[in-house]
Amino acid sequence: MGHDDRAPARGTGGAVGATPIVRFEGTGRAFGAVRALHPSDFAVRPGECVALVGHNGAGKSTLVNLVNAVFPPSEGAVVYDLPPGAAPAGRSFEAGAVRARRAAGVRAVHQELSLAPNLSVLENLRIAQRDLAGRGWRRRASDRMRASLDAVFPGNRIPTRAVVGDLALAERQMVEIAMGFADGMEPARLVILDEPTSSLDASVAAQLVAHVRAFCASGGAAIFISHMMAEVFDIADRIAVMRDGRIVEDRPASAFTQRSLVAAMGHVAPEATAAARAAPSGPDILGADHGLSARAGEIVGLAGLAGHGQAEALSRLYLALSSDWRAAGAPRAAFVAGDRARDGLFPLWSIRRNVSAAGLGRLVRRGLVDRAAEAALARDWKARIGIRTDDLSAPILSLSGGNQQKVLFARALATGAPVVVMDDPMRGVDVGTKAQVYDIIRAEAGAGRTFLWYSTEMDEIRLCDRVFVYRNGRIGAELRGDAITGEAIVASSFEMEAEA
Amino acid sequence: MTALLDRPWIWAWLAAIAAFAATAAIGQSQGIAGLLVAALTFSAFTTLVGLGQMFVITLGPGNIDLSIPATMTLAATLSLKFMGGAGALALPGFALALAIGLGAGLANYALIWLLRIPPIIATLAASFVYQSLAIWSNRGLRIKPPEILSDAMLGRTLGLPNVAYVALLLCGLAWVVLERARFGREVTAIGQNPRAARRVGIPVERVRCATYVLCAALAALAGFLLACFSGGAALNMGQEYLLSSIAVVVIGGSSIGGGRSNVPGVPAGALFLFLVVSMLNSYGLGAGVRLLLTGIIIVGIVALGARPRTAE
Amino acid sequence: MIPRIDIRLLLPVLSLALLLAAVFWLQPRAMSYLGLNLLFNLAVPVALATVAQMIVIMVGDIDLSMGAFVSFVACVTATLVVDTPALGYLALVAAILGYAALGALIQARRLPAIVVTLGMSFAWGGLAVLLLPSPGGSAPGWLRALMTAKPPLVPMAVLASVAIALVTHLVVMRSAFGVLLRGLGGNERSLGKAGWSPVLLRAAAYGLAGIFAVLAGMTLVGLSTAADANIALRYTLLSIAGVILGGGEFTGGRVSPVGAVVGALTLTLAGSFLSFLRLSPDWQIGAQGAILIVVLAARLLFARRRAR
Repeated sequence: MGHDDRAPARGTGGAVGATPIVRFEGTGRAFGAVRALHPSDFAVRPGECVALVGHNGAGKSTLVNLVNAVFPPSEGAVVYDLPPGAAPAGRSFEAGAVRARRAAGVRAVHQELSLAPNLSVLENLRIAQRDLAGRGWRRRASDRMRASLDAVFPGNRIPTRAVVGDLALAERQMVEIAMGFADGMEPARLVILDEPTSSLDASVAAQLVAHVRAFCASGGAAIFISHMMAEVFDIADRIAVMRDGRIVEDRPASAFTQRSLVAAMGHVAPEATAAARAAPSGPDILGADHGLSARAGEIVGLAGLAGHGQAEALSRLYLALSSDWRAAGAPRAAFVAGDRARDGLFPLWSIRRNVSAAGLGRLVRRGLVDRAAEAALARDWKARIGIRTDDLSAPILSLSGGNQQKVLFARALATGAPVVVMDDPMRGVDVGTKAQVYDIIRAEAGAGRTFLWYSTEMDEIRLCDRVFVYRNGRIGAELRGDAITGEAIVASSFEMEAEA
Repeated sequence: MTALLDRPWIWAWLAAIAAFAATAAIGQSQGIAGLLVAALTFSAFTTLVGLGQMFVITLGPGNIDLSIPATMTLAATLSLKFMGGAGALALPGFALALAIGLGAGLANYALIWLLRIPPIIATLAASFVYQSLAIWSNRGLRIKPPEILSDAMLGRTLGLPNVAYVALLLCGLAWVVLERARFGREVTAIGQNPRAARRVGIPVERVRCATYVLCAALAALAGFLLACFSGGAALNMGQEYLLSSIAVVVIGGSSIGGGRSNVPGVPAGALFLFLVVSMLNSYGLGAGVRLLLTGIIIVGIVALGARPRTAE
Repeated sequence: MIPRIDIRLLLPVLSLALLLAAVFWLQPRAMSYLGLNLLFNLAVPVALATVAQMIVIMVGDIDLSMGAFVSFVACVTATLVVDTPALGYLALVAAILGYAALGALIQARRLPAIVVTLGMSFAWGGLAVLLLPSPGGSAPGWLRALMTAKPPLVPMAVLASVAIALVTHLVVMRSAFGVLLRGLGGNERSLGKAGWSPVLLRAAAYGLAGIFAVLAGMTLVGLSTAADANIALRYTLLSIAGVILGGGEFTGGRVSPVGAVVGALTLTLAGSFLSFLRLSPDWQIGAQGAILIVVLAARLLFARRRAR
């Protein structure tokens, strides 16, 4: 199978002379009047690990989708390095480019989970790999999946016959990544990883980083998209920076520092340490039976390894504060979703209606919605939180991901609810928006609002007044003020893991 | 003009008008006025049940009330039996019909909620029970409605059938509820994303309950009026409304996937359905061809009128 | 390799066993070759229609034309297949292709399947009336012989049900092709991204459903020896109920072929059970609804118990 006899010829470490696995020749893409990617040149050679950075809407997804042959370019061409004898023939784009992409060994691991939850792990591999058919295909699929899972995530305990829907979110992401690296008829040569670690905890993410580096060292290549700066520098030997649909920088990773990278993306780095804030004192205004509590005006963080019960605790708490049956005049809590599509957006509605959806009760006069008041509310919050749009009656899906997230923040803050529950709300949000939202959160907390904040990012946890570290579904540690450090949180997250 | 053409219901109205013209062109014995009156009368009943079904469908995928025919029959049978043709009992009889609708709606929802059954199955199972109740209470007897009610239903005002005014009034109410009221906003939100709806503080279960009750109450009302109109309740009187209640919602341009509905399309769909059948009738086609063409037309309209849901 | 027994299957099997025990208790004579044959006689077409419905539900749709289509097939079988076999079988093949075309149309234009099949129920009904305006026709000889065959030890109906369950399980749950069809119900987008054509796959699913539905219509004629345009109208609701009783879910491609067949058997048996109870005909249909409710309630309790 091509992989082994191909690798030695390529050399390692981004050999300049090697034929690129994929090459853009003045390739661009427009969606109607919207220019998503200006004609660009871009290439990935065997042995390279390229990080693709840029804030939301910079064109990363468009570039990746072009590499992945999701849609054809509007101009220029995407050229793949095909193994001999694999000249693809096809009338349509789907038949031609998709086949060429596959023959070239280009695989993608998507940001939004793209597994079929009703199928087992090995059956999902069958969908990705066409040669898994005929007698004994289950055995072969299982073997390939097992080998890849164990290679990328040593020590994982995911059975290949488990139904994906029964797996935890992190495990599903692991399966998806392993599928990208799994052996097949066309071996993986270029793996695109789009925010692969967003649901993974630190130790598993480290396993992935190690595997990607090993993969590239043996002649493979990777395109890596991440919003986590440390990870980018850990993994990449080349960094391509995107801004406004252009590749503005494409240089070896060593040519960047964290600060210069953020500057290249078009944003000033947020202050590393937040200005000291007097931690609110006073009685707890809410508490949950498992020990979670919060005071008025406090920012309370829920930390720990992903999948240790933080999200569930938060969800339970919010659901207990609201009702399936009673409509509260003044809601006791508001919710900011991190998984926008699942928990937050009303996809058919305008931006305005999405903003006003929570706490609609205040806008109702005699059973009817006061539309003037609703419009005023949406205008007000568009200005306050900086939602980038000219038209609040435009569909919510016309906004970029970061701006959609701002709408969800505006929705929650506009309710006036004393407690705001945030379920990892910064997933996939760019640095600029993050800094802006942090400021708003601190201002609102200063005005007496309580925030309950589940986050997977250490920077965000450090903004909190008090942090509960979860471990195996329970609170393992409570940290306050200066005691909230990355080391302390990691230590409390892992403590019992080591014993177990 | 383009704004008008963007309305999802405009095609249903155009189709209804075309079907009317095609039927009228044949020149029936009853003439154009007669055709109009017949169309308005019969589509009024379909409109009533269609409005209820529309609210239920708006709740999102899987939400469909299959108990509409049984509820219609049960409400009509029991209330007509109660009145026994006595005009003095007309008002209590009417109240009884609505109460039965209320009860059926609550029972439907109780099954959906308590047993966590998909609404299609819950309403289907419940409809079997309602049907049995109706059979048991009626035993094949056909009790006439009080004269005052049948006169009112058969009567006309300003040349148009009274029942059409009832439908028009309810359409107006439904429009206000769907487009302007909090309840409509909540139903639409649930239809798009029930998890998000719960997380913005909408009392999801209460809204769902109210929607099923509303649908059943409208079905009961339609059954009561239909029985008064046609001179008595029959066990199979609701049968055709199972499919037509769903069809008019979709022909009217509402999304079967929920979350996007419109009221004006419902009466248009109802008129269209009736007029297509009478058109094929007036062209002298047999039952087989008539059914075949009705089916092909419904599929054709849906296929042509569908705007592919864009995911991007 | 022993196929894993889905825990989902336990309840349908349990409710069937319970109902069967109740029937035997009421009517001990049913506990015989002849009795079983009588009890389950009509189960074969119901099971086939349920499997057809299950395949449609599996790809995220629902087929409200199942009853009308099976009736149409029955009319074709009782008329064309008997009179002009070549034309008759051709018509049946065309009907299956028609089903596949519907699937392609639904996918290509992103139509709501509920409405399309609703419309098609009129169309199939119309065709059936055109073919057979009044009840009549006759069953092809070989079909009649097959359906009334008396294999040793196990009655035909039971044997056929087992065969249907086995074949469907192999095609849907075990084969590489079945994975694609289930994937269509589970995550259509990922199939598209992997380069599969959702249009072709949905057409294939509907075509497969059409094959089972055609078999349902044919076996129904084999049993009843005659047909009419309304012969199987209740199959629409029966088949949906059978899928749900068998542990299937409406969304997400989670279905169980064996469960669907068991669900169909349970529904058929429920009918016999009620007649053994000498229930007034007034209440028969209501009791069927009640049985459906009870089984679903049991399923809920069962699921709760497991969740704990």
